[in-house]
Amino acid sequence: MTLPLIVYRSLRQHALSTLVTAGSIALACGLLMSVWTVKTQSEVAFTSTGTTFDAVLGARGSKLQLVLNAIFHLEASPGNLAYADYEFIRRHPAVRAAFPIAVGDNLRGYRLVGTLPELFTGVELAGGRKLALQPGGRWFAPEAHEAVVGSFAAARLGLKVGDVFHPFHGLVYDERNQHAETYTVAGVLDATNTPMDRVIWIPLHGLQTMTGHDPRAATDVSAVLIQLRTPTAGFMLDMMYNKQGNRLTFAYPVGTIIAELFSKISWFDRVLELVAYLVALVAAGSVLASIYNSMSARQRDLAILRSLGARRRMIFGAVVCEAAAIGLLGALAGFAVYFVLLAGAAEVIRTQTGVVLQVAQRQPVLAVCPAAMIALCALGGVVPALKAYRTPVAATLAPLS
Amino acid sequence: MLAVTDLRKSFRSPEGETVEVVRVSAWSLAAGEQRALRGESGSGKTTFLHLLAGILAADAGRVLIDGAEMTALGESRRDRLRAEKLGYIFQTFNLLQGYTVLENVVLGMSFGPRGADRAHARALLERVGLGRRLDHFPRQLSTGQQQRVAVARALANHPKLVLADEPTGNLDRRHAHEALTLIREVCRENGAALLLVSHDEDVLREFTSVQDFRSINQALH
Repeated sequence: MTLPLIVYRSLRQHALSTLVTAGSIALACGLLMSVWTVKTQSEVAFTSTGTTFDAVLGARGSKLQLVLNAIFHLEASPGNLAYADYEFIRRHPAVRAAFPIAVGDNLRGYRLVGTLPELFTGVELAGGRKLALQPGGRWFAPEAHEAVVGSFAAARLGLKVGDVFHPFHGLVYDERNQHAETYTVAGVLDATNTPMDRVIWIPLHGLQTMTGHDPRAATDVSAVLIQLRTPTAGFMLDMMYNKQGNRLTFAYPVGTIIAELFSKISWFDRVLELVAYLVALVAAGSVLASIYNSMSARQRDLAILRSLGARRRMIFGAVVCEAAAIGLLGALAGFAVYFVLLAGAAEVIRTQTGVVLQVAQRQPVLAVCPAAMIALCALGGVVPALKAYRTPVAATLAPLS
Repeated sequence: MLAVTDLRKSFRSPEGETVEVVRVSAWSLAAGEQRALRGESGSGKTTFLHLLAGILAADAGRVLIDGAEMTALGESRRDRLRAEKLGYIFQTFNLLQGYTVLENVVLGMSFGPRGADRAHARALLERVGLGRRLDHFPRQLSTGQQQRVAVARALANHPKLVLADEPTGNLDRRHAHEALTLIREVCRENGAALLLVSHDEDVLREFTSVQDFRSINQALH
């Protein structure tokens, strides 16, 4: 009862500095937790999205660009491949399923992707889920000017079943590049929490033959999404396309290619982490400075407590506990900062890529970081606690006694 | 109850000289006795009380309180002995300004052997007439009321000895008399010995046993 009372009253007496210091700790803690969570969650989310397909076949070029373009619907296509190439890989005995896609148009910034209706029934999402439509919708007919809209795109564009729209040429929205054709929304996909949510799916033939597109490429496709029968088949096809051939690129395994992407940007993570650690150190330093600077104001109280019989180690413990309590307050407030930052980051990632981070998912860092921050603050309290420990009782009380 | 033998304390002055402040060869106080020490400001009486209370370590000599040798103990043991056996009333009361009246008294008890006893603290504060001010902070009280809190705090741990350092120095004559009466009554009720130092003749007249501090302190400062 004594120690908590001393700590509580001291925090109350120095409420402003307590709040300011706890605020800086909250920022540090929230920043550290959110950086860590965004890093680990996005890696997991991107990798699991990549496991929907085993491999991507496309024009000769960067495997990463091919994967980003075909699976994450980012970046430009490295080029086209002939429909015959699609037919060849589709019939290959090592391939369980192959889905051609064509890109090159958009609707107010959201990509139109041409494909075959088989994609909707053939794709298996993480957890074995299948694609499904929102009530009232249906898959598009292969030859019709119809579209199936991803849930996120539909929400952002305000599209619903029966709506009609004009596609725009190119991957970047430019109102001057409107195509003459109109497409009718046949269905809206249930949320998949994958990049598919940001896409407007139309029949492959429709995209290939859109007015203004090169008629010589009317049967070309941008890439082929592939599901293999066995993992070893991928290495065989890798050898065939990438090492023995020089016309196409076989991006396999997709998970490894995405992991390479994260490896390439890991320096950015490290910089962010370093910044967060520095902020944490500064926050711990601010605890030290705030308590240390108020020591002259506290010394009289400490001397009175000593004169009442409080042991030196209790005074030392009270100051360390006060620092730890500031750390605890900051860590608790840090969760608010964490949720705000993470929600913001998750929204940006979802808007840009369609990948959804699980904001509410428990992470070890959510326990480790606050605990470490409290310990760091307690450590920061040791220096003022030593000063408190050495408070000369008689000299401090003498001028007034 | 309290016995002092060859007690010495010196300080180093800003000029680097050693100044002897206290030198008491033999002095004692019986259990339950109430005695006043007369002393001018700067005569070393506060230092003497600090030495008796173990707040200051003596350079030499012995202080025995209820059979325990304060001067032979380390700082931590002195703190404990002070919490167990002593109550201290300061001239400026030295109340903890950030704590309520009740908390001031309870904290005074919590370092002692019996620990915090809120019921006893309440009873004491009612005894000194502050039963309705338990949740007030010291700054919300008059000077006389603050003095009464200091008295309650000093006696909360059932001390064997109460040391009072100019306890009425900040009070007017009427309040000083009331405070003094209260201190003496409560000490008597609790069976505590009282040693009070003052230079106020009105205060000193209230005691049958008064000693001149110069007569016991042979320091030459």
